[in-house]
Amino acid sequence: MTALTQAGPAHAVRGRDRRDPFRATPLTKVALGFTLILSIFPIYWMIIIASRTNSDAVDVPPPLLPGGNLGENIQRVLATEDAHFLTGLLNSLIVTSTVTVSVVIISTFAGFAFARLHFRGRNLLLGSILLTMMVPLQQMGIVPLYQLMVNLGWVGSLKAVILPYLLNGFGVFMMTQYTQQAVPEELVEAARVDGASTLRIWWNVILPAVRPGMAVLALQTFMLNWNEFMWPLIVLTPENPTVQVSISFLTAAHTTDYVLIFTGTALSVLPLIVVFVAFGRQIVGGLMEGAVKA
Amino acid sequence: MSVNLHTQRADPAPPPSRTGRRHTRPPNSFWSRLDLKAMPYFLISPYFLLFAIFGLFPLVFTLWVSMQDYGLAGGEASFTGLDNYTKLLADTDFWNAVVNTVGIFVLATVPQLVLALLLANALNKRLRGRLFIRLGVLLPLVTSVVAVAIVFTQLYGRDFGLFNWLLDALGVDKHIDWQSAKWSSWTAIATMVDWRWTGYNAIIYLAGMQTIPRELYEAASIDGATPRRQFWSITLPMIRPTIMFTVFVSTIGGLTLFAEPVMFASNRMDGGTTGQFQTIAMYIVEQGFRNFDYGYAAAAAWLLFVLILLGVAINYTFVRRIGGAK
Repeated sequence: MTALTQAGPAHAVRGRDRRDPFRATPLTKVALGFTLILSIFPIYWMIIIASRTNSDAVDVPPPLLPGGNLGENIQRVLATEDAHFLTGLLNSLIVTSTVTVSVVIISTFAGFAFARLHFRGRNLLLGSILLTMMVPLQQMGIVPLYQLMVNLGWVGSLKAVILPYLLNGFGVFMMTQYTQQAVPEELVEAARVDGASTLRIWWNVILPAVRPGMAVLALQTFMLNWNEFMWPLIVLTPENPTVQVSISFLTAAHTTDYVLIFTGTALSVLPLIVVFVAFGRQIVGGLMEGAVKA
Repeated sequence: MSVNLHTQRADPAPPPSRTGRRHTRPPNSFWSRLDLKAMPYFLISPYFLLFAIFGLFPLVFTLWVSMQDYGLAGGEASFTGLDNYTKLLADTDFWNAVVNTVGIFVLATVPQLVLALLLANALNKRLRGRLFIRLGVLLPLVTSVVAVAIVFTQLYGRDFGLFNWLLDALGVDKHIDWQSAKWSSWTAIATMVDWRWTGYNAIIYLAGMQTIPRELYEAASIDGATPRRQFWSITLPMIRPTIMFTVFVSTIGGLTLFAEPVMFASNRMDGGTTGQFQTIAMYIVEQGFRNFDYGYAAAAAWLLFVLILLGVAINYTFVRRIGGAK
């Protein structure tokens, strides 16, 4: 993998030669256009159904344009008491924001320590984090984790879906790499010589430099956590769900009411789409940067 | 996954020389030494504390739980050794879940990674509106799994689904009940997985491809190598580590597949009338949290882990051969 990183940023220069190997053929363009349509269609379809009536949804041929019933459908979702949709939406916002803020802070601290501080056992501890990243902890430990929640009296409480997600090996790994690349060793040494304490170095030297990395980690954590399904489904109650659990109950209880289900689904996806549209460039950049180093 | 552990000094830093410089705080050597020695551990302690409670403890304790029988009245458990494991290995329902999981995994992953490679190769060309196209192929990843599953389940509906309508329009007049058979339900679930993850893998491959020196392609072009030849002989071998990474991630994700098949079964754990698409993760939840046989579920979780290790090992040897490895 080091060979990859050493290969250098040759891609940065896009030549002007028209016959170069990087020319996009018409076939490539058509294929890409087709891929884009396939990527967007299911989401578009969700909006079509969410803005129409149930009789439209089973029309032949199917409707291909959104209708005018969205507002009414949203009201119907919110009025469906057994889904506790509003509670779910609110809970998801609380859980996801708490997890995101905590993961970013925990990872930035640990990343600083692993990247720029010297202590006994550093490589061993970092290695152990990498190793555990390969283990699907959620699925593997699900039974004892549940028993632990029973003993703590946390079943049905949001604490049960917040605390286990605060340990995020990927976050620590990412912030370690980011700090290594964003903060020169000499800068930390110089601050030490000037008598700055470790926390002061973190605040004045590290934090300003790694802010872009923190933003990317925050975005990824937010999207990942918003999606979480298996554990919340087990440990939360139908009366106090996250939004994913809420729409899963909506689906189970109203199997044929597509409009209701799709409207709830669209609302559950909305925060993600908003984040994606606002920060798309950073998300793509973060994914690609992480990929090369992975 | 390589944090480069050896690029920096691994030995402890030389004591920072404070001599002759201005002291911005009193030279309290006890506190500054404590700061140097103990602060690093303090900074990493939140992660390891949480890991010990919510990661390591459940993982290790699963082994203990898996050797208990919770089937007794009153909810008491008794130690039964490896009984749960022998029972599981003779349980046709468990093996059914294993076959389903592996089947869906293969059906989803192979086309997904091949398509992602082709897509990445296309994205690596000079294109206008690059950012827009990349955002477009990543949009499915942003959509939540449950939402994807709900939309696709409706698209695969027997009577009013778009897929059956399309088949009908193409002259294949069969109203397929996608949930009812193994092949059709596996296909439906595999397309959900692929729709969501192909773009992500393509972006990861693209990142790998962009680190390949451009001169390699130019030299190959001059030597008369076709684009296809260049793809096989330059691109594929050069991004092998990236392929390895995506295969690992897909293996772990695929073998723990849960949300898509659950939603395809209308939020039930049985995976259809005869369990035709029940995955191992669903089986674990069904045993542990519907039948409350914790021990049995924990044993299944360990067997799932063994399966994941096996899958990773097989894929590792397989991917090493890609593009003519030595």
